[in-house]
Amino acid sequence: MSKKSFRQAINEALRQEMRRDPRVILMGEDVAGGRGGTSGVQDAWGGVLGVTKGLLTEFGEERVWDTPISEASYIGAAAGAAATGLRPVAELMFVDFIGSCLDQVLNQAAKFRYMFGGKARTPMVIRAMYGAGFNAAAQHSQSLYPLFTHIPGLKVVIPSSPYEAKGLLIEAIRDDDPVIFLENKVMYDDEEDVPDESYTIPFGEANLTREGEDVTIVAIGRMVGMANEAADRLEKQGITCTVIDPRTTSPFDEDTILECVEETGRLIVVDESSPRCNMACDISALVAERAFGALKAPILRVVPPHTPVPFSTPLEKLYMPSADKIEAAVKTVMKQHAREVA
Amino acid sequence: MQIARETLLQSYRAMRTIRVFEERLHVEFATGEIPGFVHLYCGEEASAVGVCAHLNDNDTIASTHRGHGHCIAKGVDVGGMMAEIYGRQTGVCRGKGGSMHIADLSKGMLGANGIVGGGPPLICGAALSHKVLKDNGVAIAFYGDGASNEGFTLESLNLASVWQLPAVFVVEDNGYGEATGASYACAGTQKDRAAGFGMPYMECDGTDFFAVHETAREAIDHARSGKGPVMLHVHLSRWYGHFEGDSMTYRKAGEVAAEKENRDCLKHFRDRVTSAGLLDASALDDIDSAVNDEIESAVIAAKAAPWPEDAALMADVYVKY
Ligand SMILES: Cc1ncc(C[n+]2csc(CCOP(=O)(O)OP(=O)(O)O)c2C)c(N)n1
Ligand SMILES: [Mg+2]
Repeated sequence: MSKKSFRQAINEALRQEMRRDPRVILMGEDVAGGRGGTSGVQDAWGGVLGVTKGLLTEFGEERVWDTPISEASYIGAAAGAAATGLRPVAELMFVDFIGSCLDQVLNQAAKFRYMFGGKARTPMVIRAMYGAGFNAAAQHSQSLYPLFTHIPGLKVVIPSSPYEAKGLLIEAIRDDDPVIFLENKVMYDDEEDVPDESYTIPFGEANLTREGEDVTIVAIGRMVGMANEAADRLEKQGITCTVIDPRTTSPFDEDTILECVEETGRLIVVDESSPRCNMACDISALVAERAFGALKAPILRVVPPHTPVPFSTPLEKLYMPSADKIEAAVKTVMKQHAREVA
Repeated sequence: MQIARETLLQSYRAMRTIRVFEERLHVEFATGEIPGFVHLYCGEEASAVGVCAHLNDNDTIASTHRGHGHCIAKGVDVGGMMAEIYGRQTGVCRGKGGSMHIADLSKGMLGANGIVGGGPPLICGAALSHKVLKDNGVAIAFYGDGASNEGFTLESLNLASVWQLPAVFVVEDNGYGEATGASYACAGTQKDRAAGFGMPYMECDGTDFFAVHETAREAIDHARSGKGPVMLHVHLSRWYGHFEGDSMTYRKAGEVAAEKENRDCLKHFRDRVTSAGLLDASALDDIDSAVNDEIESAVIAAKAAPWPEDAALMADVYVKY
């Protein structure tokens, strides 16, 4: 056990799985970098933010494939390779680039197993960065997990910390279905204790990062840290919260959420993705349908507005959910009573 | 062909403006004051300027993530660009787009682009507008060697040929897409790709303004006269990292220094026009100092400019909702 960054945790998961299983290969733009360069330096980048650094050196060119800037072909190649014996981990860099290769995911990888009558396995992982807060503007800041969650056949993983990232990525690589693994780009330098040895975290099992009596907060990815920060502050004011990290939005652990709402009677969902048809809507519908009787106040969603992600710092701040906004939402639901509102 | 004195002066000024703008950004970025990603165009100035010298506001261009040069060459306001990069309300996109999304439709500038290969399809559309509206306009897609491998780009070459569009596909080949060399990533040749889609291919040294100007003139005349699309392959070198913060370990020591020494489009231009007696050095010196002042003022104004107001967040998602 030692302190590791989110970046290191992901690197270690890839390294350990590549050691364990020779069928695990990497591909993506500059996952190594330096090919065709004049210095002869290989592994010049190790990923655009250094996440795959050192993997070329250890595993060689047959396992680590730099690609041309041709997402449709290499994401499709990952699907094809997965269906024929390899276990590719393809890096899409920014999840926003899914626009250039969605067919290979939506109509190919996701549907093979069902369309082929259960006869295919497509053990591929697509890693990509998501999230705002980096001044990366409208085409490099989106949180597109609802898009993938919407597609039957895909599994969708959004780790909330370095520990979570390592265990969930190892699980993703060993999973026999196509998995979308989304890394919040603002979190790469976050650190926490991460075991040196390999371990897995199962999909579809939410993690309760704290338990309280008053309000249940479901938060996704980077929002989990913000929810806990808000909960810390609220505790000092005498309000205690349960914070749930679903870990995976597909499969999705409904039971844990329902159980917690039964206990607290109040629900806040914190979701960084665009607010229409996002996870916050999905979770709200679940609770409205199956735990309506337990609700003491309306469900509140802490989500960005229905706009592209703005570039300018103050606008991006305004756009993003934050610990302040979560704290305010909790106070609002503490004041409200469902019957009075109705 | 003889280039008018006025064009020479304007072109030199545009190239110098791009150079100083980018070098200043390099310095300012290091202070941490500039948010987001910034990709500099230094070393490639003659390409944007040599091509855009043949265009007017009615013609359309689409640019890339490395877009500042194209914007300046197409006449986008430099102060507004600087303010945009600083995320201010006075920016050309009101601070909502930043470096990778500078656009000014009134200048025929259809935007820098955060998506590699995003421009060529848009340029097919712009060229279609010019063709259908019969406004005599042409549409130019600037894109990199890396972007030449995107499916979008290859489909656009095909579409432009099928529809015989007044389009020019300018491949700005600086030898790298991020940290990967074009010699690894690009199979075959750009020339064969053009031939494969049945369009004329032209190429030139992108650090020689006169070569770019002459070749682009031919390419643009061809497209404008209704003979269909052209590919123009411009050989370039970039002087800074892929983005600010890239230490370029993939390039051999001295490579950039040699490029700066031997293939500096500004030096080349100055030598050429002064030795041929087309312009005197003092006229160029005057431009240099005017440009320095302009960029200095742009930075000061950008830093002093107001941030966007909160209401801007919700504005302009739609025309009407
Ligand atoms: C669809 C898509 N894929 C990948 C990227 C990431 N990316 C940004 S610039 C770049 C390299 C582009 O190389 P090239 O087209 O040669 O342009 P240059 O940077 O050399 O000017 C890459 C891979 C992107 N922005 N969009
Ligand atoms: Mg390039």
